[in-house]
Amino acid sequence: MEMLLSGNQALARGVFEYGGEFASAYPGTPSTEILQTIAKFFKDDIYAEWAINEKVALEAAVGASYGGARTIAVMKHVGVNVAADPLMSLTYTGVGAGLILVSADDPSLHSSQNEQDNRYYGKFASIPVLEPSDSQEAKDFVKASFEISEQFDTPVMLRITTRISHSKGIVEIGERETVEHGGFERNITKYVMVPAYAATRHKVVIDRLESLKEYAETTDLNRIERNGADVGIITGSISYQHVKEAMPDASILKLGMGYPLPMKKIASFAAEVKNLFVVEELEPFYEEQIRAAGIEVEGKKYFSNHLELNVDRVRDGFIEAGLLDASVKSPTSSAEPEEVLPRPPVLCSGCPHRGMLVAMKKLKLYTTGDIGCYTLGALPPLSQIDTCLCMGASIGHAFGITKAGKTDGKVVSIIGDSTFLHSGITALASAVYNKTNTTNIIVDNRITAMTGGQDHPGTAKTLMGEKTHAIDLGALCKVLGVEHVRVVDPYDLEETIGVLKEETERDAPSVIITNRPCMLFPSKIKDEPYAVILEKCTACGLCFSVGCPSISTSEEKNEKGKPKSEIDPITCTGCTICAQVCPAGAIVPLEQ
Amino acid sequence: MKNGITSVLIVGVGGQGVLLASEILTEVAKVMGLDAKKSEVHGMSQRGGVVTSHVRFGEKVYSPLIPSGEADLILAFELAEGLRWIHQLAEGGTFIVNDHKLVPPITSTGKFFYPEDAMGRIKARVPDAKLVKATDIAKELGNPRLVNTILLGVMSKSIDLAEDKWLEVIKRMAPKGTGELNKKAFLTGRST
Repeated sequence: MEMLLSGNQALARGVFEYGGEFASAYPGTPSTEILQTIAKFFKDDIYAEWAINEKVALEAAVGASYGGARTIAVMKHVGVNVAADPLMSLTYTGVGAGLILVSADDPSLHSSQNEQDNRYYGKFASIPVLEPSDSQEAKDFVKASFEISEQFDTPVMLRITTRISHSKGIVEIGERETVEHGGFERNITKYVMVPAYAATRHKVVIDRLESLKEYAETTDLNRIERNGADVGIITGSISYQHVKEAMPDASILKLGMGYPLPMKKIASFAAEVKNLFVVEELEPFYEEQIRAAGIEVEGKKYFSNHLELNVDRVRDGFIEAGLLDASVKSPTSSAEPEEVLPRPPVLCSGCPHRGMLVAMKKLKLYTTGDIGCYTLGALPPLSQIDTCLCMGASIGHAFGITKAGKTDGKVVSIIGDSTFLHSGITALASAVYNKTNTTNIIVDNRITAMTGGQDHPGTAKTLMGEKTHAIDLGALCKVLGVEHVRVVDPYDLEETIGVLKEETERDAPSVIITNRPCMLFPSKIKDEPYAVILEKCTACGLCFSVGCPSISTSEEKNEKGKPKSEIDPITCTGCTICAQVCPAGAIVPLEQ
Repeated sequence: MKNGITSVLIVGVGGQGVLLASEILTEVAKVMGLDAKKSEVHGMSQRGGVVTSHVRFGEKVYSPLIPSGEADLILAFELAEGLRWIHQLAEGGTFIVNDHKLVPPITSTGKFFYPEDAMGRIKARVPDAKLVKATDIAKELGNPRLVNTILLGVMSKSIDLAEDKWLEVIKRMAPKGTGELNKKAFLTGRST
């Protein structure tokens, strides 16, 4: 049977078909749907969970693998940074049953803070990296990864990208196959990484890499597609698809295994063709290694490491290299686009983060930010988020700026509930320990919202839908040593501004927690909509400054020609923030 | 069509149903026995941002992304979004746009303006661009949610896929209990 599946769905299907029994992840675009698919369709056969962060996800996965279950740990590219600590020694211990680390990279930063190339982690940790180029391979490579993991006693990185994760293609579906593994067996010199044992294991890793290099030479994951001898292209992942379309006459060495490289195969391929190129997205990972092996090759000179590749960019590179005629491009390919206004993403109508951001703006606070929907508060008209670096960074930023003591004005941090649990707790404990006096705001909307509404240890529900313990964020902050923990209703601007003012003036650490749920997840919330009384509206524009997508300019203008506002009753949720900032009392419930 | 591949670009604003429409089109191509791929970016798009979905089908599809200027058909769910992507249309391609405006909040800064006469600018580039009053038609059929299916019906006239396969997929993928209504909406669009 054939199904139309995204790379993420196909990968999940692969975990099912090839005997996976355990899956752990922290949500992160573009990887999130892998675990959701497993939990939705395969939960009778595979245990699936949201871990509190990627490090814990990988550690749990390692335990499951040691304990005899074929396992995957799933995360976005920057999540691997969080999980890098266990990863770098896991490579020494090796695995029990097959263990796959899925890294979902995000070239073009569609929804990320950087576009790091995680193939380098494969080289760094001396572990194999497999790179599927479409949905079918996303499924098939799960099988190959489990087998390599077990044959070579190594974790395997299955590296996908946004275009693999979120493109759909036709996939051949099969039945579930299982492999028998026993439970955990004591093996202290293999699993206990104290210096003496770890030193021995490092030698094992070095020898293992040599065996993997031999494997790379013979595996059908790496294949040559012979065509013309004029141009030879070494490529993998989604770039393979762009190359196939852009350069139909070229010979191709398609790398399904991106590390370690089959250098003998590459050398013989190089000898077959006149001009050798590497087409790879992001960094010159293959190119540098191939060049270091003494093989003449071109790559980044024509195909930049900036942003994702596509057919146009592959064609342009080969046109520039003088190996493709410009006439292959569509006559309209260089047509000028029309000038159209931008349409950036915005906080949803009724988003509970809006009230807190408006209150911060009112008090002219600097706001160190974090990873989540509230980061959209950095965009105009709110422009209220001043930093964004990585998960959990906001608390340390506010602490550091304050301790440095050179900044006029107050600095507060803002962090979401899921992000606070992920890596804000340790930052807050450290700040309190080091005698901070900062105010830290947890915008607690009771869900991981930015990635589409996933549960976490504060929501009382597991990924598989079971009820569970919910962490009380206020009580947690208190035991970390924050005496002043306040809860506010972000839909009450006066209260929110008042509490924010009190706490930022206090010479002691404090935490303010907002108490309204996300408007979208787990279910949509909509109260009675509000409307603008045009006769009362003076066109002062203050309601526009809250940045709500339901408020727009009306046809009516004031005496100076400034447009009055209007509210879309279909999308307005009745949160009342605009009504509270309106000095003319012109915004009232629609029914009035 | 280039190399026997049909490329369709569906565009709109987050929340308009672009992704479901492209899902249906790709599924119809698959049911016809063709190779088919589609690609879009999730994540921030659902927060009212620009949404595009690339759908490609034919004997063998490699890249899931449509090269510049090679869209055989563009279906726009919104006027300004139609204008934003019109330069991607291939020579002789089909352009269909829903007569609907979604004015983004950024206009309230006074620095950006929703395009006046978007349809005029569209016609200046593609004289035979088709404007569909899908919202009015949906109201006549008694359900504003039918806009997407009506647009698919209009689009289906310009794409070589069988009517019975369209109806089969729409019936299967429509929300429970709305199969007949969506079938009617599709056929209304197809005869518009």
